[in-house]
Amino acid sequence: MPRDAMLTVEGLQAWYGSSHVLQGIDLEVARGEIVCLIGRNGAGKTTTLRSVMGLVARVRGRVVFDGADLVGRPVHARHARGLGYVPEERRIVQGLSVRDNLRLGLLAAGGRRREADAIAAMAEIFPRLAERLDQSAITMSGGEQQMLAIARALISGPRLLMLDEPSEGIMPLLVDEMFDLLRRLREEGTTILLVEQNVELALGIADRAYILDQGTVVHHDTAAALLADAAIQERYCAV
Amino acid sequence: MAGLTPDLLAMQVFAGLALGAVYVLMALGMSLLFGMLTVVNFAHGAFYMLGAYGAVALLGYGGNFWVCLFFIPLAVGLVGMAVERVLIRPLYGRGIDYPLLLTFGLAYVIVELVRIGFGTEDLPFDTPAALTGAVNIGIGYFPLYRLFVIAVTGVVLVGLWLFLERTSYGLIIRAGARDPQIVRILGIDVGRVWLVVFGIGTGLAALAGLLAAPLQGASPDMGDSILAIAFVVTVVGGMGSLLGAVLAGLLVGVVVSLTSLVAPEAAQVAVFVLMAVVLLVRPQGFFGRAGLMS
Ligand SMILES: Nc1ncnc2c1ncn2[C@@H]1O[C@H](COP(=O)(O)OP(=O)(O)O)[C@@H](O)[C@H]1O
Ligand SMILES: [Mg+2]
Repeated sequence: MPRDAMLTVEGLQAWYGSSHVLQGIDLEVARGEIVCLIGRNGAGKTTTLRSVMGLVARVRGRVVFDGADLVGRPVHARHARGLGYVPEERRIVQGLSVRDNLRLGLLAAGGRRREADAIAAMAEIFPRLAERLDQSAITMSGGEQQMLAIARALISGPRLLMLDEPSEGIMPLLVDEMFDLLRRLREEGTTILLVEQNVELALGIADRAYILDQGTVVHHDTAAALLADAAIQERYCAV
Repeated sequence: MAGLTPDLLAMQVFAGLALGAVYVLMALGMSLLFGMLTVVNFAHGAFYMLGAYGAVALLGYGGNFWVCLFFIPLAVGLVGMAVERVLIRPLYGRGIDYPLLLTFGLAYVIVELVRIGFGTEDLPFDTPAALTGAVNIGIGYFPLYRLFVIAVTGVVLVGLWLFLERTSYGLIIRAGARDPQIVRILGIDVGRVWLVVFGIGTGLAALAGLLAAPLQGASPDMGDSILAIAFVVTVVGGMGSLLGAVLAGLLVGVVVSLTSLVAPEAAQVAVFVLMAVVLLVRPQGFFGRAGLMS
């Protein structure tokens, strides 16, 4: 069990309209960990991340980040406390250049970092973006767009980064590059909560994982233990 | 048809651009509100009318046209911001029909208040003295005031473009018009941005109404027909697209102007025929995103 909890989710329930999607999620992420949420399509992984970020209108339960309960707080207040979120399907802003996408990630920081410095820092971490700063973001490949989405979330310096299926639809070479990057980020002090369909890949990078099914946590353990447990993987993660 | 010389047609196209300029100002605001806030603003015509009546009132207190040109869009923009904060904000996230119905009702309230305050009669509105007369534009004499309307719209477009392209606020608005949720996720307090957008949208509507007043006078229901046309422009240009609003606005202006030349009674119909044709060929409009309404 983690000792120094950064994020604690307790009894989290969420609804879309009248459908009761999350029925009581409990999970913890400790400072410096990579924690992974796995489970079948529709299990509630995305909704869990969205609820933590404040994007689901109707939720109940507790979402404690660094000692403060976030439930009821607006998205921007959660961001200001250090939550970063890379939603599924990348969501880079189509009409904007790579640089403007990055600037957008920085605006909320309210001049805490100089724009040029912050963009240069991202360009160093993501060489692929450095070459394309003034290019329109849609001209890039899926993997590069995903890198941009991650850079855009990172540029404001979040302490907990949540990523929803970052490897979805990306060529293997770039997936490896991206997961190397996540390892490096963790070494440099960013805590990561990851949703990932590719179970082997996910358990390969994570410290611990939670398995979700039908809106509840059905199992959780260290990544190493889960990786060795073929029966569990078969039961909850086979697609 | 003997009278249809190339020069006459060119003049009529030019007149269409002046008309289109007013549509552009209206449609820009509607498109911004829809793109960012998913608010279909049925009160946009009422704000247009308030632009004209605000000027009537201010002129009555001894103001001149130039003062109006500056203050009226500002004042109506502030009214728009108050409306957003008090009436519309509680409805965000409840689906498109709530703000639609609210603004529909609000339009009636505003129009009735103006009827009570100013009477139901059309009021004349003088062209400012410095802008009367006509100037030679090479193909013939064109009313100076209409040139002025085109020029003001051009200046506003350049100003709006600079604001959108060169400022942080503009970046947020451009991004938010395409994907409001991303802007939220990146930690931006969208409530403040939406307030500003509402102010800009309603201020532009007021400017359009003020500029139109010397051409057609002021009447409480002057916003009705322009609202319908501005909807067409927004749809043809592509909901949420500002460039689309500009091009479609000018196009619709020219279509109205040319149709009035040959069959004045068909001018309004022509606008809707244009919309039907565009939607058949390209359901999302010139620059709209496909599936926005689904
Ligand atoms: N916007 C929505 N409206 C209604 N139901 C939704 C919405 N998004 C997701 N759901 C439903 O909620 C459940 C959980 O979805 P989600 O959290 O996206 O699962 P996962 O990310 O694990 O695939 C699914 O049954 C899905 O159909
Ligand atoms: Mg999902």
